[in-house]
Amino acid sequence: MKASILRFVLKRIALGLLTLFIVSLLIFAVTQALPSDPAEAILGREATPEALEALRADFGLDKPIVVQYTNWLSGVLTGDLGTSYATSTPVGEYIGPRVGASFFLLLIAAVGSIPLSIVIGANAALHRDRKFDTTSSLVSLILAAMPEFVVGTILTIIFSTTIWQLLPAVTYLEVGAPPWSDIQGLTLPVLTLLIAVTPYVARVMRAAMVEVLESDYIEMARLKGMDERTVLWRHAMPNAVGPAFQVIALNLAYLAGGVIIVERLFNFPGIGSALADAVRSRDLPVIQFLALIIAAVYVLTNLLADIGTVLVTPRLRTRLK
Amino acid sequence: MSDVTKSTVSLAEEKYVDERPPSLVNQAFKLRRTQIGAVLSLMLVSVALIGPFLAPFGSTEYVDLPNTLSVPGTVFGTDYFGQDVLSRFLFGGRTILILALLATSIGITLGTTLGLTAAYLRGRADEVIMRALDVVLSFPQVLLSLVVISMFGPSNVLIICTVGLSTTPRIARIIRGAAISVVERDFISAAEALGESRRRVVFAEVLPNVSSSLLVEMNLRLTYSVGLIASLAFLGFTPEPNAANWGLMIQENRVALTEQPWGVILPTVALALMTIGTGLIGDGFSRVSAGIDRGGKGE
Repeated sequence: MKASILRFVLKRIALGLLTLFIVSLLIFAVTQALPSDPAEAILGREATPEALEALRADFGLDKPIVVQYTNWLSGVLTGDLGTSYATSTPVGEYIGPRVGASFFLLLIAAVGSIPLSIVIGANAALHRDRKFDTTSSLVSLILAAMPEFVVGTILTIIFSTTIWQLLPAVTYLEVGAPPWSDIQGLTLPVLTLLIAVTPYVARVMRAAMVEVLESDYIEMARLKGMDERTVLWRHAMPNAVGPAFQVIALNLAYLAGGVIIVERLFNFPGIGSALADAVRSRDLPVIQFLALIIAAVYVLTNLLADIGTVLVTPRLRTRLK
Repeated sequence: MSDVTKSTVSLAEEKYVDERPPSLVNQAFKLRRTQIGAVLSLMLVSVALIGPFLAPFGSTEYVDLPNTLSVPGTVFGTDYFGQDVLSRFLFGGRTILILALLATSIGITLGTTLGLTAAYLRGRADEVIMRALDVVLSFPQVLLSLVVISMFGPSNVLIICTVGLSTTPRIARIIRGAAISVVERDFISAAEALGESRRRVVFAEVLPNVSSSLLVEMNLRLTYSVGLIASLAFLGFTPEPNAANWGLMIQENRVALTEQPWGVILPTVALALMTIGTGLIGDGFSRVSAGIDRGGKGE
């Protein structure tokens, strides 16, 4: 049985790597379609042809596209990410501290949302069609429908400007400073991300739990006279968490996109605001690298979800034989 | 004589109609949440479409000093640029709504076609289509839109296309999942045996049987597309830098939130109610179409 699980995991990893490779090709292809010449964009229209030529050679833009791609990819793999056009600093130096800050933001939101949604979802399933269930489903529906920046703006209006002045509306964080040095400023961004993710996961958790609770073996366990808590946590939960796993991962991946908007809203110095800036200034190396990181997070979380689902769900684990 | 036949026919028709199960839409609209959702959506759609005709000032007209609350002739005062907040608000929904509707139509058309094709053809074609869509899926929608905008600038056509294309794989997945079981049913083999063309089998036989999933998905995707397009505007990516657009309005007036809250509150509430409205309608549909809200099965 172990060999079959190992084979499944390896196959899934290979597929993930293949996806990442195609993603990197795609990012390169799209960014290569840039209508304007970066060298001209930097030096301006009055630049001499010689200067343009020199700068293009400097960026490697005079080489064939295939060579440019392999150079870029090997650069990414060896940590040589090129130089940001807009800030003239090495991309690694520019992005590095922001990655840490964004990762911290994501981590808190993720760590908070998982137990929260499991508790809400399981409780809603247990009290199906009763008050807790209907209320929580309506509230989560309403919260899930709104775009993140609207949720964030509403929170700002409520908690920091118009109604109460409890929390700062923006994060005051220097680039590279540890994110936990401004806990107050972190509250609203984390809360916004929590609200963006929790409803979906809670909903899937509820659906999975409802299905499991209706199954024969749960009835069997109850008929054997087990107390409800053992039935719920030992018998129902392991089979219900499986499907929720997929959605949790999908939503963590979704967070990687949502963070772009939320960081901008709260002036949080992470990769999201860096990306928005880079898009505005057409800073090609930064866009390429950030797009690759975010897509990689996305692919990786999905990969972990697929593997996690199989390892966590007893039914699937035995089916792999 | 002819009167008699007419009345019998109409009687028969009425009886027939009575015996039919109520349609999904009728069933959904019996639910309170669908009704509320419909009222909210209708309200906001009217604001977005009719608003521009009711606006007392032009969308970019200078009215008075910036961020002033009590300006004679205005209801909510002026914004960061001295423009009338109410007029900007009344103008600001139209683009978002139209772009979102067009983007969703592209996504629905492409996604349904690809999903149905994959489910019907099975085998290698299915594998190739779904794996290719997975690659598009590995970009968050915002990221994909931003990368494309960074290359070509934020034009309306481009926003519609990227939002539509990034929606496609998400819809294709759902439709394929719903169609997989339909494809195996007997009436499909019967249609094939009758010599119906592949296209006819897919669109006339399979498609009507996944219409409930399609309806739910349409609402869901419209809700997200409104959110995504407004988010892009919020990030500052609109074709005109000073366009009247709810997303952009929130961004522009955020700095002066304490002095002039209306410039932020009005568009925020409008976007919230619009997305909640379509969200509630979608939820109503998913509730009455069995097998969608019950995770695992409908996937």
